[in-house]
Amino acid sequence: MARSKEKDVLLTPIFDSNPITLHVLGICSALAVTSKLETSVAMAFSVTFVLALSNAAISLIRHYIPSSIRIIVQMTIIASLVIIVDQILKAYAFGASKQLSVFVGLIITNCIVMGRAEAFAMKNPPLLSALDGIGNALGYSLILLVVGFIRELFGAGKLWGIEVMPSWYQTNGLLLLPPSAFFLIGILIWVLRTWKPEQVEHGS
Amino acid sequence: MARDSVGNTMLVATILCVVCSVLVASAAVGLRARQDANKQLDRKKNVLIAAGLYDEKENSLDEVDSIFAASIEQVLIDLETGELVDTEVIDPETFDQREASRKPELSQAIEPSSKLGGIKKREKYSFVYRVKNEAGEIEKVVLPVYGKGLWSTLYGFIAVASDANTVEGITFYEHAETPGLGGEVENPDWKALWKGKILFDDQGEVALHVIKGKVSPSSADAEHQVDGLSGATITCKGVTQLVRYWMGADGFGPYLDKLRQSAEGGSDG
Repeated sequence: MARSKEKDVLLTPIFDSNPITLHVLGICSALAVTSKLETSVAMAFSVTFVLALSNAAISLIRHYIPSSIRIIVQMTIIASLVIIVDQILKAYAFGASKQLSVFVGLIITNCIVMGRAEAFAMKNPPLLSALDGIGNALGYSLILLVVGFIRELFGAGKLWGIEVMPSWYQTNGLLLLPPSAFFLIGILIWVLRTWKPEQVEHGS
Repeated sequence: MARDSVGNTMLVATILCVVCSVLVASAAVGLRARQDANKQLDRKKNVLIAAGLYDEKENSLDEVDSIFAASIEQVLIDLETGELVDTEVIDPETFDQREASRKPELSQAIEPSSKLGGIKKREKYSFVYRVKNEAGEIEKVVLPVYGKGLWSTLYGFIAVASDANTVEGITFYEHAETPGLGGEVENPDWKALWKGKILFDDQGEVALHVIKGKVSPSSADAEHQVDGLSGATITCKGVTQLVRYWMGADGFGPYLDKLRQSAEGGSDG
């Protein structure tokens, strides 16, 4: 992180330090909302919005935040943003917000958001922090979309609610259940670490 | 002032709280109108789903208003007598049923409140959505119901055929039960199990209830039973309770009696 250039900050989290596959953060929501592409997209947008703005806001006031209440300040900012996102979804994407139900609220506890605030935004200027937020959100979204795509396509034979698989295709119900997201994320981690062996952790 | 001093800590905390609360409050207030419109549409959609006139797979949200206007007649009834309410007394256009259950002059106590999971008051008047066939006879009625689940109040609709005894459909459109467990009350497969079930036993008591596990088709009582949702015992109890309450004498009982008489008498009531 010594050479924090804009492009680096934005792009590294997508493959090189993906929050889900490398840091294994944000798994809970990745399991819960990826049974359909539509909810995955809504979740991806929500997290991007929250992560970019929370990072920017926290970075903006990082010199004023007393270290004793650092975490609670971050939490308050994140929670406020999440409530705003929830309100916007209820107004403009009612169907998706009903399906996401509690999981929008649970963005507050998504480790990626707090993690980036504490690890990056507290030490870097606002613009760079916002880019870092967007980059990490993109990394998170990428995994969410891939998993959502596979689960909806093979689990329900649909994409975005529209039947795409030929009629002889027997849908695989297991893919609609949360455990299947575990398998898929596991496979993604395996693929990514085969492609980029430097991400493999070696037992000490 | 030093960054870590007590004064500064209090200052930062106060400013932050004020700014955040203003943001949250303005988002909530500014978007209220749109959210209410969405809720309204969702409620209409669920009336149609309960009545079997809307299929999530085939129909789109844009059609809700037109289907609703074409096939549903919304009337306001007095729960105690089962009679229609004079529009002079209460204007259906402005009547807000949810609000009414909180107003002293429009509500009455549920006694004992354990009858409906601890809800203390219910509204005196309720909307009924009548579905008529081409001859203008009532084919079925959709009744708004609610009751307590595990975490939340479940709001839904039950559609009853004109014999005032056969369930035509059920939906729940608002609740905060655990997704995957109690939240499965929204599952279309489960809701489909309700169709054709019989509300009342030979004594005229509400007999329909959710059981634990699967209904055995050979059971003598199968027509009064619905499969339980696994992992959602309390939600299921709540559903049984709300069916018992709203279909019973304290709820829509008087209205259903009238409906049954008019169906048997052949007049249009």
